[in-house]
Amino acid sequence: MSKKNTAPRLGSAVGGIGSLLASLTCILVGLVIGFVVLLVLGWITLAQDGNSLTFGQMLTKTWNSGFKAILSGGFYSTANAMGMGVRTEILQAAPLVMTGLSVAFAFKTGLFNIGAAGQYTVGAYFALYSAIVMKLPWWACLLAAALGGAIWGSIPGLFKAFLNVNEVITSIMFNWIGLYAVNTLIYQGGTGVMFNTNTTKTYTIKQASPGSLLPTFNVGIGGKDYFGAMFLPTIGIFIAVAVAVVVWVVLNKTTFGYELKACGHNKDAAKYAGINDKKNIVLSMTIAGALAGLGAGLFYLSGSKEWEPLVSTALPAVGFNGISVALLASSNPVGCIFSALFIAHITVGGGFMDASVFPGEVSDIISGVVIYLCAFSLLFKSGILKFFTRKPKTVSPENGKEREA
Amino acid sequence: MADYVIEMLNITKEFPGIKANDNVTLQLKRGEIHALLGENGAGKSTLMSVLFGLYQPEAGTIKKDGKVVEIRNPNDATALHIGMVHQHFKLVECFTVLDNIILGAEPCNGLVVDRARARKRVVELSERYGLKVDPDARIEDISVGMQQRVEILKMLYRDNEVLIFDEPTAVLTPQEIDELMQIMRGFKAEGKSILFITHKLAEIKAVADRCSVLRKGKYMGTVEVADTSVEEMSRLMVGRDVQLVSTKEEAKPGEEILKVENLTVPSKVHKNNAVKSVSLEVHAGEIVCLAGIEGNGQTEFVYALTGLEKPSEGTITLCGQDITKMPIRGRSKLGMSHIPEDRHKHGLVLDYSLENNMVLQRYWEKEFQRAGFIKSREVRAYSDRLIEQYDVRSGQGSTTIARSMSGGNQQKAIVAREIDKDPQLLIAVQPTRGLDVGAIEYIHKQIIAQRDAGKAVLLVSLELDEVMNLSDRILVMYEGEIVGEFDPKTTDVQTLGLYMAGAKRKDKEG
Repeated sequence: MSKKNTAPRLGSAVGGIGSLLASLTCILVGLVIGFVVLLVLGWITLAQDGNSLTFGQMLTKTWNSGFKAILSGGFYSTANAMGMGVRTEILQAAPLVMTGLSVAFAFKTGLFNIGAAGQYTVGAYFALYSAIVMKLPWWACLLAAALGGAIWGSIPGLFKAFLNVNEVITSIMFNWIGLYAVNTLIYQGGTGVMFNTNTTKTYTIKQASPGSLLPTFNVGIGGKDYFGAMFLPTIGIFIAVAVAVVVWVVLNKTTFGYELKACGHNKDAAKYAGINDKKNIVLSMTIAGALAGLGAGLFYLSGSKEWEPLVSTALPAVGFNGISVALLASSNPVGCIFSALFIAHITVGGGFMDASVFPGEVSDIISGVVIYLCAFSLLFKSGILKFFTRKPKTVSPENGKEREA
Repeated sequence: MADYVIEMLNITKEFPGIKANDNVTLQLKRGEIHALLGENGAGKSTLMSVLFGLYQPEAGTIKKDGKVVEIRNPNDATALHIGMVHQHFKLVECFTVLDNIILGAEPCNGLVVDRARARKRVVELSERYGLKVDPDARIEDISVGMQQRVEILKMLYRDNEVLIFDEPTAVLTPQEIDELMQIMRGFKAEGKSILFITHKLAEIKAVADRCSVLRKGKYMGTVEVADTSVEEMSRLMVGRDVQLVSTKEEAKPGEEILKVENLTVPSKVHKNNAVKSVSLEVHAGEIVCLAGIEGNGQTEFVYALTGLEKPSEGTITLCGQDITKMPIRGRSKLGMSHIPEDRHKHGLVLDYSLENNMVLQRYWEKEFQRAGFIKSREVRAYSDRLIEQYDVRSGQGSTTIARSMSGGNQQKAIVAREIDKDPQLLIAVQPTRGLDVGAIEYIHKQIIAQRDAGKAVLLVSLELDEVMNLSDRILVMYEGEIVGEFDPKTTDVQTLGLYMAGAKRKDKEG
């Protein structure tokens, strides 16, 4: 009987509630810190302009023209003409859900997929190529995007499985290889088939192949179309939600998920049980890549942004934010939906603040703090549970018999 | 009033779903060897962890020299001169013996470690107590017995006067055990006080003055060892009479189930082969035991049999089919069950629930999945049945996370899973390692029942008592070779010991 056996471990149900409480605590603390940062930055900016406000006035100003925007996100009323804020929010959330799922899926198999950004990039290329050049229907473009991501994800998986090269290192390298390969392929010295020399971007899908754009939807509120008539949100977010649910089912209800998680928790025991660990590593990374690639498809097939091969020298942030999303969701696929929505919410909200006083990047600070705290989420989790389980004991010093029942 | 060096009064420690210690009292007299006896999950290790500051109890007080003390962490314990040798040693593998001993308490000249002073002290201590160690050897190069002596020296170096030994004999050969007992008596003569956790009643008889017994977290009492029989102590521990020796019918070996020919397995740690051209057969209805001291190739041999490692030469035949190159799943389907040596490494996915672990070898069968979807209701029902039938105890039944279970119950779960697969061949590697008499008795009965049901059993064990008790044939393995075959009825432990240590060898009959 070793130490390990008697170490306190939480039952799965209790653990789940703990994860949720921990994530909510992280968010709350992150928001409070964000508010303080806004307050201080706003104060400094105003003081430089010669406006000195009282503390009370400053509080009111921070709340009204700064923090309220962050909290309301896309719903911030004055800026939400034709549902623009909400549309941006779900447009950003859809790929974020997918990269979050990508990271979370690999986590479950004990792999750290830091390569979601590269897989996303390659997925974007496949999506754009199949739309602009091959003019495929939208669903085929999405499948192509997933395929691109899958190929890019499978490479670190193969390296890990057969050569035992750490997937973190290969993923990071393939992020950059992917980015510059895609830039080169699209630009090709100005002769690329997708490259529009007038705009120095790829051709818009709207002109090149309208059938490749994702279908849109609208919501009628009070007899009026909420999103207006011009710019409609795509069904991307619904696809992302559906995929999250499918991923949850695969992980929790299938033998495949059972094997993947067994490999993630204990590779030796998985091998002992006759599970092919190499196959699972490759599959896990391939699927993770496909999820990230699909995310790129959901974003670029919305037609709201083109690829700019000449200025895209940084990896897409949505790839790395996927790590945040997965962490905040404790790698729960369904949780990824909510954490992605949250991050998109405060990012969009940050853009609606009074930019002359408050820098929009504060929403990045908030999500940064939240993610940072997520690293401590295990600590919070046990702390929170301790708080809730200790309580009855102080009430009944007789070691609470009712708890034994 | 007696002179107590340590008093643990009314200690209660709870984990979710289980009371590991329920109002336990333990009083250690100065200069005595006090044994702490109990089944697995009885709470012995928990109690010692409380004393060593690893856990905080929910209720109860600890007194040192009659004064109430609070031990929040192992540093507090060290400051109170309480030391502990853990069951799994806490040593830095690539450091030398000397560096391990002084780690955390280095004598310094300014910023430089004064190794000369440290060495003098260590050599002095090792001579005084007869703890033979080579201060300059690296931990990874020395035997388990010597590693344990290093752990003991660590305690002495820190002037500890209360020494806790957590199952110190589990990893030792019979000769090393005798030596350890001698050393413990030496400590006692010096006035040091010893707490000795063990399952082995014979050791308590040999060395302890008093013995406190725990059962399911509750304190059952303290007895004077000299006045108490082994049977009484085991009854106190288990709560019923225990058969210390399993009885079994004469074996009726049937057809050949497993045939191994000239199996050679390369070693992962050194250049030589770990297993050198080993041949053996196991028939239906017999228990063949592979005996030997740890590290003589048994582990690698079993890995090759079960498919965890590839042999470089030789063939393995199971039920007439060549399985030398067959994947693990294929062997399992053909009727091989494997109770692995390391239940944490191979036997269980510790973060899975008990029910998920129960189907670890069978989740892919039709019974438990349809079109790739796990039939969770069937899994739950199956797991509940095994828990019931094999008396696996846990906090929350099928949904308990395996990690939170006691070692004995983890092992019972593995035994249940492997036996219920209804195998042709059961490979059991140290199936009772670190278990208490109650669990050992149970597992032994199950293994014998398998034999009587006409299954072939290959048992690998380091415990000579177990070997003598269970087997129908004994093969001794030394340095990767089989150096002798014995009939347990016509041989004795001493003879086996000589072969195990490599002092004698004979060619296999037939």
